[in-house]
Amino acid sequence: MKALLPFLAVVFLVLLAVVGVKAAGLYFVFGVAVPYAAAAVFLLGFVYRVVKWGKTPVPFHIPTTCGQQKSLPWIKPNGIENPSGTGGVVARMLLEVFLFRSLFKNRKTKMKGEYLSYSWAPWLWLGGMAFHWSFLLIVVRHLRFFFQSVPAPVQGLEHLDSILNWGVPALYITDVIFLAAVTFLFLRRVTLSQVKAITLPADFFPLFLLLGIGCSGVLMRYLKFFRVDVVGVKELVMGLVSLHPAAVSGIGTIFYVHLLLISTLFAYFPWSKLVHAPGVFLSPTRNLSNNSRVVRHVNPWNYPVKVHTYEEYENDFREKMKMAGVPVERE
Amino acid sequence: MYNGGKIITGLVIFLALVTFPIYYSVGKSNPHPNPSLDTPVINKMPVKHCVESREFMRADHMKLLRGWMKTVLSGKSCVYVSSTGEKYDMAWDTCWNCHSNKKEFCDRCHNYMAVSLPCWKCHSEPNT
Repeated sequence: MKALLPFLAVVFLVLLAVVGVKAAGLYFVFGVAVPYAAAAVFLLGFVYRVVKWGKTPVPFHIPTTCGQQKSLPWIKPNGIENPSGTGGVVARMLLEVFLFRSLFKNRKTKMKGEYLSYSWAPWLWLGGMAFHWSFLLIVVRHLRFFFQSVPAPVQGLEHLDSILNWGVPALYITDVIFLAAVTFLFLRRVTLSQVKAITLPADFFPLFLLLGIGCSGVLMRYLKFFRVDVVGVKELVMGLVSLHPAAVSGIGTIFYVHLLLISTLFAYFPWSKLVHAPGVFLSPTRNLSNNSRVVRHVNPWNYPVKVHTYEEYENDFREKMKMAGVPVERE
Repeated sequence: MYNGGKIITGLVIFLALVTFPIYYSVGKSNPHPNPSLDTPVINKMPVKHCVESREFMRADHMKLLRGWMKTVLSGKSCVYVSSTGEKYDMAWDTCWNCHSNKKEFCDRCHNYMAVSLPCWKCHSEPNT
């Protein structure tokens, strides 16, 4: 049930694009208006979320650590696991962002007879790395649609990605890895009972969306029935990025499905768990150095508290206290 | 805002990166690649036609050429019979006879879309 609703939402989006373009012929709406609106929502939402986080005070100094803190000169500190300065924080952050080290360290605990055993379980790390890196390379590869003369690094990447030279058009390695990784991340959520228990519709929706994007992209590249006019696609995209948008017809309906799903992903990004992309940089457990014994961290929302001391209390009620027989400190 | 300097700097870098294609391309013209059919042999043709229909060639010329390569290499045949029954040599010369302008024909779309071709790893390009 938790998976059904997001699945139906993605199916609805696919049908919406098919009906909107094929039956109603709304090329301008689905080719120009929707991508522009999605880009605006993405950029504004992104800035809004980051600024909102920036305005949120961090009351405590709370870096997570798992190594020796810098202390006495003869004790060797662990500069990355327990950063004492900005350098260590940057190193730890870069390793986290590019290599997902915290997932890599995942251990599985299990009872082996009467002993508790820990084993290395890097499967989520592997799936996450495969998904994120292949997605990044696919996005960079798509830049060939965004520049009139394609930059050499993008051409080089396209060449490397199709280096197997399988079939015409040549198979992209990242396409295979992307679909396999997203499928794995989906299967993980429906087969592992503990993961299934904490999975919400908001976890399934991006997965279905990404699967839809991947499948529509793969179909329109490799399957004869769905093939699209790439020159037309580039004309449409170049119109969009040069701010002279013009609807282009005759591209092929599946392209608009692909475009609507991507637009949905972008518009959905700032309001969902996908916003972990900027969030990782703003997470206080990772962007603070563990220097709480060196630098005093003052709670930013501290304000002068109005207190009523016992002395003042006694001054207010001394006579009544005496009458009631309550002992007082000063007569 | 706390640590506003660092956060705003990061945001500005991010926005500059993702909007780079826009301010790089804005105001520039985006000409269609327009592969040229202006060659002596094509101009002399009474009815301009390729090996197969225009639509087929536009979408599937790479598959056709790949098929020719496989058929010739397997030693089965060197003659292609088109859907209209015409016979053609499965050789690059069949292409070059008419399309003697590789730079204005093949390269325009391939460069526009940054298609990396394996053709010229073995075959030599025409002299024109």
